[in-house]
Amino acid sequence: MTMPRFTAGDDPGASFPELLRKVGLDAFPRGGLSTSDLAALPHATTCLALTYDGGVVMAGDRRATAGMSISHRTMDKVVQADELSGVAIAGTAGPAMEMIKLFQLQLEYYEKVEGQSLSLEGKANQLSMMVRSNLPAAMQGFVVVPIFAGFDPLIGRGRLWDYDPTGGRYEEHDFVATGSGSMLAGTVLRVGWRQNLSRDAAIDLASRALWEASDADAATGGPDVLRGIYPIVASIDATGWNRVADDSLVKTYETIMGEVRKR
Amino acid sequence: MSMPFYVSPEQMMKDRADYARKGIARGRALVAMQTPSCIVIVAENPSTTLRKVSEIYDRIAFAGVGKYNEFDQLRVAGVRAAELRGYQYSRNDVDARSLSNQYAQVLGDVFSTMGPKPLEVELLVVEVGDTPANDRLFHVLYDGTLLDEKNYCVLGGDAEGIGKRLAASYRDDFDLASAIKVAVAALTGTDRTLAAADLEVATLARTGKRRAFTRVLDDAVANALR
Repeated sequence: MTMPRFTAGDDPGASFPELLRKVGLDAFPRGGLSTSDLAALPHATTCLALTYDGGVVMAGDRRATAGMSISHRTMDKVVQADELSGVAIAGTAGPAMEMIKLFQLQLEYYEKVEGQSLSLEGKANQLSMMVRSNLPAAMQGFVVVPIFAGFDPLIGRGRLWDYDPTGGRYEEHDFVATGSGSMLAGTVLRVGWRQNLSRDAAIDLASRALWEASDADAATGGPDVLRGIYPIVASIDATGWNRVADDSLVKTYETIMGEVRKR
Repeated sequence: MSMPFYVSPEQMMKDRADYARKGIARGRALVAMQTPSCIVIVAENPSTTLRKVSEIYDRIAFAGVGKYNEFDQLRVAGVRAAELRGYQYSRNDVDARSLSNQYAQVLGDVFSTMGPKPLEVELLVVEVGDTPANDRLFHVLYDGTLLDEKNYCVLGGDAEGIGKRLAASYRDDFDLASAIKVAVAALTGTDRTLAAADLEVATLARTGKRRAFTRVLDDAVANALR
């Protein structure tokens, strides 16, 4: 492989997807599958994010489904995007995971080429462009719907965005949920969300929202006590990304299950 | 019909080499050094925005001396080459050896055939390993010559003098502060001093964290020099 070099007018700048296009490695698939093939592809489901006093909490279940079957039990749909932000993704698993990977690469690539990070708003916008690039595939059914959240050092609080399949970008102030269980999870968040929640309260609320989603939506995985698989829950504040340890989630879900038994 | 003057290939290469060497000698020097905890790179650079030392990939750093615009373009090309390889294969498949070979190819091509003038730059590509024995320090010259250095490496104006001073004072058990102190002493010699603000210092830490590259802030450099 030779070193990619460009003339001034042809230089792809700090955009990694553009660089990929220039060297002939387009990241976004142009379809060719029928809708019946589509049902057989893995789909990733419920993710959510909410703000609390000093940051945001992001959470997502671990299940991927292909039609009526469970195709993966340990998907990571919520991942750290960079030091102060994270991205969660629902939709067709293949393009979704590719988009996450590309987004992470793009943030780091920009930082290295330009010598400084994008602003949080800039990162949100970048993701919007990636979702839009996926539009031709989305029209064929390969829909990818991410949530982007992070701590904005310029204004000193957590911020979150959700997207539609056309790349529309909407900043939410309180909470957001996406994926097949989003109605259920969103309702729990709507009822439970308060201004200036503590981090612990926000983690608890996120865990409950995922519990209720998994309880009534077949495509959302609940805590898998048998295999020791728990949702991914993480907080992002001024100090960065902190994933909640499984040990701590075990206790949270034991409490929730105890309450459910008493209902 | 006019006849072009005959210039022997030896003379042409010598002229080009002299041209490149002059350009590089005008620039300020930098030093890279292996220590038990990290690889430290110390550059004389009063600018805080036009960097000589930067991150290429997880465990790989880049440093350049000579003409800024020329080595900065090569830096970006290096980031691209590394990211593309990591994207296509895996992050573990990106290494300093392959990257410095690509740099050597570009510089060699421009020097001998392609360019109207050689690039007036020298590059350093370093990769931190889990032990100092697995560190890589590659020094790429303006004509594409690739050198595999050990312990330390000097680039830029008066490299010879700095190298001699460093050879006398280098030990392989320095902590970061003493490494910075020794590097700065080698850069300055006895007849001048450099303040923290005139220096650009960065490390590739041997901590096992994915991104090993860190800039050492002026306060920490000033403390080391005290």
